[in-house]
Amino acid sequence: MAKLTFALISKPASSRANKTGSWRVYKPRWKHDKCVGCRLCDIVCPEGCVSGTGKKKESTMNADFIYCKGCGICAKECPVKDIEMIMEVK
Amino acid sequence: MTLEVLEGSKAVSDVIGLCKPDVISAYPITPQTHIVENLSEMVADGKLKAEYIRVESEHSAASACLGASLTGARTYTATTSQGLLLMLEVLYNISALRLPVVLTCANRAISSPLNIWCDHQDAITLRDTGWIQLFAEDIQEAVDMHIQAYKIGEDKRVMLPVVISMDGFLLTHTFEPVEVPSEEDVDRFLPKYNPKYFLTTKNPMTFGSFAEPDKYMEARYILNEVLNQSKVVIAEVARDFKDAFGRFGGDLVEEYNTKDADIVLVGMGSIISTMKEVTDELRKRNNRIGVLKIRSFRPFPDKEIVSCLKDKKKVIVVEKAISLGFGSILASEIKSVLYNSGAAPRVDSFIAALGGRDISKETINKIIEKSMTEKVDLEFVDLNRDILPEDFSE
Repeated sequence: MAKLTFALISKPASSRANKTGSWRVYKPRWKHDKCVGCRLCDIVCPEGCVSGTGKKKESTMNADFIYCKGCGICAKECPVKDIEMIMEVK
Repeated sequence: MTLEVLEGSKAVSDVIGLCKPDVISAYPITPQTHIVENLSEMVADGKLKAEYIRVESEHSAASACLGASLTGARTYTATTSQGLLLMLEVLYNISALRLPVVLTCANRAISSPLNIWCDHQDAITLRDTGWIQLFAEDIQEAVDMHIQAYKIGEDKRVMLPVVISMDGFLLTHTFEPVEVPSEEDVDRFLPKYNPKYFLTTKNPMTFGSFAEPDKYMEARYILNEVLNQSKVVIAEVARDFKDAFGRFGGDLVEEYNTKDADIVLVGMGSIISTMKEVTDELRKRNNRIGVLKIRSFRPFPDKEIVSCLKDKKKVIVVEKAISLGFGSILASEIKSVLYNSGAAPRVDSFIAALGGRDISKETINKIIEKSMTEKVDLEFVDLNRDILPEDFSE
């Protein structure tokens, strides 16, 4: 692990080093069934960790689970309910 | 050397002017008001080239100083009592961000009941914030301490904020012959603030952004170490100040007639002057008694206290604050450092002058007499039992 800096000063974009996904309890699962490719899940994600392309079976929408905290906003907002929240068991 | 008869607040604002802060932000509150009133006037009159930021609360005043200090500006604020409490959340951030903000606390009691007079309950609340906490005995020491505060806080080995406690009214509103140093002398003693890290668009960076459990404890450990190591710098700056200005009020502590003493009185702030007078009189009657002034409450001068008190027969601590639900604070900490030293003298603990009740020489004499005749675990000095109800639920 890198040495701590003075007052924990960090450079821009370096906060990705903090792997914050471990806070998650529920995990979003994209069913890739009814997806209309509206990208609302990407737009509303407070962590900006959702990405992908395509519709229905071709959809590759998914979250980066290193950072996804399982807030469920994507599942709540999905107009075709193509995302479900499942309890994560580790 | 020219002495001027100055009000404590005026003397402090004059010396802050000489320290040339870039940014001052404060909210008026009794008994701190005169200090910032004078400073705002100096800025308005063009006598002090600083940015004076008027704000709507103490929380904002502290936040303005935090932000300004991050950009590499020398900053100043002053407050007291409820204002200090409102600042508290920001004050924790200022120390952990290693920003050498200087704050004057015009010590005042905490509500409720509303009370504007002096005790130390406000400043004591900062005990665990990571700030360097110095207590001034008189107006001259308050003046000198502010110059030292910038020098200590801005030292590369320290980089921490400093709060100077001066007793509300007793020091802020009284007049005393004071020597305010010359601009040249202060300039020579206090170099320009030149931090290694500061916010600038040319080199973007984030201060204190985020620490997971695997780093947070180390960050707090560093802060604790730095605060403890600042003891060296506090003592060094006090000695340098003596060389430059000829005045010395002690480093972390001041020992007054303690070497041959059997009994030592301990306290902080303006009470020390009264203690010194009383012990001077007692010494004339062959009592071996001295005074230990705690000048730096944080970092706590553990080694200095042990070396001064370990061989004494009796230690009498008089303090102007209380830890509700427990008792004394300063006396407890003194007992705590003595306990493991292997030589613990009897420590008697007195809580006095809460909410500005006067401490006269008679009060100190009464405390000493009481302590000579019995063991005092915790005594509220001059408590008027006649006005206490029989039943506290009625």
